[in-house]
Amino acid sequence: MVEFLFYLFSSITLLSALMCVTNRQAVNGAMFMIVAFVGMAALFILLEAYFLAAVQVLVYAGAVVVLFLFIIMLLDLDKNKIKFTINIPTYVASLTAFALLTVAVLKIFGTDSTTNQMVTVESKASALINFGRLLFTKYMLVFQVSGFLLLIAMIGVIILSKKTNTLPEEQTND
Amino acid sequence: MISLNEYLTVAGLLFSIGFLGVLLRKNTLVMFMSLEFMLNAANLALVAFSRYNATADRTMMDGNIFVFFIITVAAAEVAVGLAIIVALFKQKNTVMVNELNTLNG
Repeated sequence: MVEFLFYLFSSITLLSALMCVTNRQAVNGAMFMIVAFVGMAALFILLEAYFLAAVQVLVYAGAVVVLFLFIIMLLDLDKNKIKFTINIPTYVASLTAFALLTVAVLKIFGTDSTTNQMVTVESKASALINFGRLLFTKYMLVFQVSGFLLLIAMIGVIILSKKTNTLPEEQTND
Repeated sequence: MISLNEYLTVAGLLFSIGFLGVLLRKNTLVMFMSLEFMLNAANLALVAFSRYNATADRTMMDGNIFVFFIITVAAAEVAVGLAIIVALFKQKNTVMVNELNTLNG
């Protein structure tokens, strides 16, 4: 059963990621991105990281993809579509790099998997308690710094989107 | 049973797909999405390592907490990156990387 679920969700994730990357329209890509992230959350659940699965759905499938969709629709990319030119060296180099990386990844299957089996741990609730306890004791400083980082990002975004309104010449040309 | 190798293979394949997207696509937004896939692949590998190194008397939560912080940083990164792309679009009226060649020699 677990095997079936693992193969189901990992194939869903990989296929939608591939569709997202290769799709011609960015909006469809963002939709496939949601599917890929939900599949990833399911893989997190199979790994018994329930809190991270919830965070994955809330932050990635919720906030990040909505932000992407918002920007894609705001910029309206299809209106100023350029003629499609194929740069042969770029394509050959990209596909070669992809093939090399894939072969390197598939080589993992060559190693023995008998030593890498999952050991059943204690109950799920105590895992979450451990998570919270570590987060607020050992990693307290990192927690504070990441909160501060979010504040800095917020201020940065506000400044970035304000500055462009008052830029010189470039705006008057249009 | 599913072993650690399967999870690492899925994470590596997802990383390769994101890598392919960053190299192949010309739309900055799609490149940015592919970047998110690469980050997510690293997250999956970290969670898998954390789970498979856990023993009955010791739940290794450090990997999970690491992933939690990576997700936080990724959210901040997406917000700033998309703001930069919007600013770029306002100035150049395009998001295609082959047209953004001002720094080219």
